[in-house]
Amino acid sequence: MTLNTFNLPDVGEGLTEAEIVQWKVAPGATVSVNDVICEIETAKSLVELSSPYAGTVSELLVAEGETIEVGTPIISVEDSQDGAPGAGSGHDGAAAPGRDGQGTGSNANGTPSRGGSDGREPASTPAGDDAVPVPEMPGELAGPQVDTAPRTEAAAPDATPGPLVGTGPKADAVKRRPRRPHSGSAGAVGAVGPGADGTAGDTAGDTAGDTAQDPASPAAGAADGTRSGQPAEAETPARSNPLNQLINRVLAKPPVRKAARDLGINLADVPATGSAGEVTKQDLISYQSQRDAEQDGADSFWANRKLLGGGRIERIPVKGVRKATAKAMVQSAFTAPHVSIFVDVDASRTMEFVKRLKASRDFEGIRVSPLLILSKAVIWAAARNPSVNATWAEDEIHVKHFMNLGIAAATPRGLMVPNIKDAQDLSLKELALALNDLATTARAGKTQPAQMQGGTLTITNIGALGIDTGTPIINPGEVAIVAFGTIKQKPWVLDGEVIPRWITTLGGSFDHRVVDGDLSARFMADVASILEEPALLLD
Amino acid sequence: MNSSRLPAAEFEVEEVGRAVHSDDVDGQLEPDAGMLQILSADGTMAGGLTAEIAGSTVDFSPYLSASDPAHLRSLYRDMFMIRRFDQESTALQRQGQLALWVPLTGQEAAQIGSGRALEPQDYAFPTYREHGVALTRGVELPDILRLFRGVTNGGWDPRERNFHLYTLVLAAQSLHAVGYAMGMQRDQLADPSLPPAASIAYFGDGASSEGDIHESMVFAASFNAPVVFFCQNNQWAISVPSSVQTRVPLAQRAEGYGFPGIRVDGNDVVAVEAVTRWALEHARSGQGPVLIEAYTYRMSAHTTADDPTKYRLSRDEQEWQPRDPLARLEVYLRSAGMADDTFFEELGAEARAMATDLRQAVLSMTAPELADRFAAVYAEPHPLVQEELRFFQEYEAGFADEVKHA
Repeated sequence: MTLNTFNLPDVGEGLTEAEIVQWKVAPGATVSVNDVICEIETAKSLVELSSPYAGTVSELLVAEGETIEVGTPIISVEDSQDGAPGAGSGHDGAAAPGRDGQGTGSNANGTPSRGGSDGREPASTPAGDDAVPVPEMPGELAGPQVDTAPRTEAAAPDATPGPLVGTGPKADAVKRRPRRPHSGSAGAVGAVGPGADGTAGDTAGDTAGDTAQDPASPAAGAADGTRSGQPAEAETPARSNPLNQLINRVLAKPPVRKAARDLGINLADVPATGSAGEVTKQDLISYQSQRDAEQDGADSFWANRKLLGGGRIERIPVKGVRKATAKAMVQSAFTAPHVSIFVDVDASRTMEFVKRLKASRDFEGIRVSPLLILSKAVIWAAARNPSVNATWAEDEIHVKHFMNLGIAAATPRGLMVPNIKDAQDLSLKELALALNDLATTARAGKTQPAQMQGGTLTITNIGALGIDTGTPIINPGEVAIVAFGTIKQKPWVLDGEVIPRWITTLGGSFDHRVVDGDLSARFMADVASILEEPALLLD
Repeated sequence: MNSSRLPAAEFEVEEVGRAVHSDDVDGQLEPDAGMLQILSADGTMAGGLTAEIAGSTVDFSPYLSASDPAHLRSLYRDMFMIRRFDQESTALQRQGQLALWVPLTGQEAAQIGSGRALEPQDYAFPTYREHGVALTRGVELPDILRLFRGVTNGGWDPRERNFHLYTLVLAAQSLHAVGYAMGMQRDQLADPSLPPAASIAYFGDGASSEGDIHESMVFAASFNAPVVFFCQNNQWAISVPSSVQTRVPLAQRAEGYGFPGIRVDGNDVVAVEAVTRWALEHARSGQGPVLIEAYTYRMSAHTTADDPTKYRLSRDEQEWQPRDPLARLEVYLRSAGMADDTFFEELGAEARAMATDLRQAVLSMTAPELADRFAAVYAEPHPLVQEELRFFQEYEAGFADEVKHA
């Protein structure tokens, strides 16, 4: 009985670390040589690792989701017999490596078939015979697998584990081998005391560590300093505002970045869905196809009229959502006297707050955007100015002591305004989840009518489309709507100096029958104050 | 732009090339254009194989092994073993036992067919992917892995097997092959009792764009050298499609140099073997070089450090799966009653045993001693090298003990 541990190998050329994405085996499981044990993700690609040992899985030494360095032990496998470690079978002859150390009873289902009779090679596999090792079909890089492994996935072309991309070895960190204190003629080649070497190495390591943390720390410093303005600049005289750098930095893997550059897409424009808030390849593809769909039509638009049967005017029937939208807009615009006001806001701290939320464990996997903060701000401000959360009922005004927060969304079916019920009761995290959910449902075109009824106040996020501001039209039955403009860097005067800050414009339209100018102004100022200082939400 | 295919960053040139050529290449590069085949993808064997070569009709029947069951089985065996070897080597790389691996899956027929056509006195010059040819030349399979484990720069004695060491510099071996062939030509003149022999240069569609190939073909034609240029057109030079390498079928290039070029279905082991036999005989008999383009497909990655999903569609890979070289021969062997379940089962067991032994052999490989490097500089002991060795040994002795890296 031997306990063998398998260390994370360098599966590419010169990779230094990888993340364990998923374990395919659990402690107690029987594995054979070349059985897939886990899936890892390196900086380059997803790869399946196969077991070099046969036996029983004793322990998984690394948790899923953990990133570890090459050489770290990841799994221990106990030999069920004293065969040579690493070989599974130390014997000559026809014994399959995978069979050793397993009850023969398990052959019927659990024993690896060394290539798998998965039936994709026509007529090549005798039925039900898992003993004949038909090599796997080309293109599969993982070694032979157990029959019980999810082969259907492997069969799907996209799920085929990719090998790695290597772009040559990364330069190793300078590490000197320790010298003997003194040793005869070795002095001739210049032996240096081990202490000196060790110190040098440590120093280098520390420096590297500091550098790695760099992006975070100055940002924090700048944030603290912005209250007075001066310290932030004093701290980082040679660089542009680190806060801006931090916020500017869209997370994406290098191939995605390059692809975006090739396609002429600004990554910041692409809605990110990655678990760490990064833009994934899929995000880029869907953004690109949407953009293509829009642009493709443009080329042929003027020429295309022949297709319309010679007419120069295309007739589109007004029905469904279009009709409902038109009706609601007319009703709102011509019954409720609109008054619109606008305010420019320095949202730098909101951006920073969003960034921190994204990085926090609590919000892991949740998409966080400035819209979340704005939503929270609107709820907070409405409580201070209740009349904006109301309905005009001719002879009465109904002030709602609850907030069904509507979010205007462009969907495949048209404009929809689903709302989040009782948003006032939601924590920040719950609100984030609700917003995600709402957006996903809307984008998929699956918003239900009930989700659009009973709204009390609406936000329209025109900033997502890159627009600074606009005059929103109030959703019928409500008396206020907030338009959230794009947030971008603009020159901003702070303490008499012009510096780049993250600026947005808030627009609001109010039903003047209910909301007078001073009230709407106070409401908007309250919302703006939260964007300027999200910490106010804490009171 | 097709958004489902994001251009892989480094290779926009290829995208441009594809866009530029897409209209006019398609027709010309159609695989069926004059491609010789006897065993079709569905496993049916044609009656015979003839082709128009340099203005006359060549009948390949003397070179065909289609009616010899034992021979066909042995071809299948070789292809099966080398694919299993390929899988085990890939697994060993994934387990950290090899630094790199160059998979051959998909090209078994091209390699085994051409390798089996060689006579012992012929001499083969491989790239770094010719594991199948190595098998046919009797190279011990574990020896191939010594290079990829980084314990040697070679792996075998090329003179023993008439199989040159793997050449990592693209297309360099084509010059070696022509030079060797010209040497054999002169040996023949000096000693007519020597058996007629030819050399064979393996290269790929990517290497076909290298200047070395041009130079070697010019020399081969000018000196009528007994050499066969065996190009495995596996469609991909790492990430660059073969449409970027050439506007005409590669085999047609031979015409410009003045020797025959043949395109053969590289996944049809029977046809590859017959055509290569013919070409070698053509070369040995003093009629000069031949270019064979074996039209095949690299079903796997370029190496284990490559990710083909970055630059090609799995749909393309799937299109090639029905043309698998092993599958079609198996279908034929079974349908013609030349092999039964027992044969395939025994072969499976044999392959498993081979894989087990291979793994054992790789795990027991040890790093060479420093002194070995110095021993490889000159054939005989050399005072300067000896002095440098002594210096190095002293230098090494100056380090404190540390875990030795394999």
